[in-house]
Amino acid sequence: MKNNKPSIKQTFDISAGNFSVAGSASSRIKNMLKRIGIDDKIIRRVAVATYEAEMNIAIHSHGGTLCIEIFPDVIIIVAKDKGPGIKNVALAMEEGYSTATDEIRAMGFGAGMGLPNMKKCSDEFDIQSTLGVGTRVEMKMYNKE
Amino acid sequence: MNNNYFHSVRLDKEKCKGCTNCIKRCPTEAIRVRDGKAKIMDERCIDCGECIRICPYHAKKAVTDDLKALDKYKYNIALPAPTLYGQFKGLTDINYVLSALLSLGFDDVYEVAWAADIVSAKIRSLIKDKKGKKPYISSACPAIVRLIQVRFPNLIDNIIDVQSPMEVAGLLARKEAAGKYSLDDKDIGVFFITPCAAKMTSIKNPVGMAKSYVNGAIAIPSVYGMLSSTMKKENVKKLQRSTAYGIGWANSGGESNALGVENYLAVDGIQNVIKVLDEIENNKLNDLDFFEGLACTGGCVGGPLTVENGFVAKNRIKRLVKNNEKVRLSQHQLDDVCKDIAIHYSEEILPKSIMKLDDDVAKAIEKMNLIDKIYDDLPGLDCGSCGSPSCKTLAEDIVRGYASEMDCIFKLREKVKGLAQQMIELYNKIPTGKER
Repeated sequence: MKNNKPSIKQTFDISAGNFSVAGSASSRIKNMLKRIGIDDKIIRRVAVATYEAEMNIAIHSHGGTLCIEIFPDVIIIVAKDKGPGIKNVALAMEEGYSTATDEIRAMGFGAGMGLPNMKKCSDEFDIQSTLGVGTRVEMKMYNKE
Repeated sequence: MNNNYFHSVRLDKEKCKGCTNCIKRCPTEAIRVRDGKAKIMDERCIDCGECIRICPYHAKKAVTDDLKALDKYKYNIALPAPTLYGQFKGLTDINYVLSALLSLGFDDVYEVAWAADIVSAKIRSLIKDKKGKKPYISSACPAIVRLIQVRFPNLIDNIIDVQSPMEVAGLLARKEAAGKYSLDDKDIGVFFITPCAAKMTSIKNPVGMAKSYVNGAIAIPSVYGMLSSTMKKENVKKLQRSTAYGIGWANSGGESNALGVENYLAVDGIQNVIKVLDEIENNKLNDLDFFEGLACTGGCVGGPLTVENGFVAKNRIKRLVKNNEKVRLSQHQLDDVCKDIAIHYSEEILPKSIMKLDDDVAKAIEKMNLIDKIYDDLPGLDCGSCGSPSCKTLAEDIVRGYASEMDCIFKLREKVKGLAQQMIELYNKIPTGKER
């Protein structure tokens, strides 16, 4: 999206398996959005989507990045990871489907709601995954002014 | 909306040394040190009292009423907070405290603990009927309600829209007195005996209602001495109505216990509450039924306007809970008490977006970029010497126009170093031909 409107972009590195810091990117994003004055309901959607994205990267991948770009009219979130990729994207998008290990489930994650929740929170949702390479999720939330 | 917003928490300028203790502790980043003195930003302050507790010079105080305020009314009623019962060593019978309140000049007492029993029953029935949004968030702590308005506006709809026990006690006390003695409402003075600064603020600027039923608040320490000395066996009257559940509200988890909800979370200490609210906002605790968040450590017993150590008081409340009757109000009793009064909020709770950088989103984005740029250039020590709580807030204050980069002592040092260098260079260039 190229326009002349001002924007702010921030990228967060997310390491695999590090649950103690996972969630910090979404918290920082949330604080930023509150300062920018984005509508509260949109902030909540972004917070939930980024939190799920962050968790997905921490749980399933070998690490990746979460990038957010905020324009006055739209927020674009790109979650990119290096990792095994998703075998069956359509199945992964189904509520309740999860490939998380028992260990991860024991920690209370892996309910199979991550991707469906992210989609529910976005106005536009796109997922590209290549086995053995990684996954890229792009979400857009429009800021109705 | 409120141009003259009343705050209980104030600064005693004489005592303030301009140190960094309070600015660092404030959960809403509402304090700055300017011109050597702390300044509280009215629109940000939630009256939690953290600064009162931390200030080593006692320069932060809570404005409350004193007993002289009783002179304004013909008939005065004391509303003791349940926390008051935890202030006295060896107290086994609450009637001692209630009777002693009468000897201070009050005509009657109405227990907030009893109102807490009523509010508990009300909330219990709301949860049973699945009214409202889950997780239900307790509205008992006024500092937390204001925290949500300021920092978590997304969660406003989760706040239970039932008035606090203090307000319900105020309402019922007025009604009872007016009925019994055919008094005019304006002649009735209702005073909360408070462990809490935020309650004083909430009396002056109520949330969820247009006007408080309470006329003022008297801090526990200002009546503690007189109460202790008048507590005598021969003076004791049977005044207690509260049950163990209502009394238990003084401690963190007491409200949850009174409700009897199984799936609850009770968190005390404002920083801890902030962490959990953050998780609720991220939809992480969707399976939770009830959230009780209290700003003070241990709950109201840890309030800034108490005499006894909060942990000691907590233990005493526990003992009182154990020794008092454990009966919950039935639906029938509740309907009877509430039959001609409204204990729901009558007004909407509104968000207070004080964090916003600009009303125009595009401008706010530009300001955000500028903040990041300035921040990158600051030392990142968060020393607070500039008067802002952290480098990040200094960057924000600069962009908002409250501060300048030279407020940073490290920036200033760099600048002085540069200037000194220039002077030396200049000195070396002075023509030496003519000595003067």
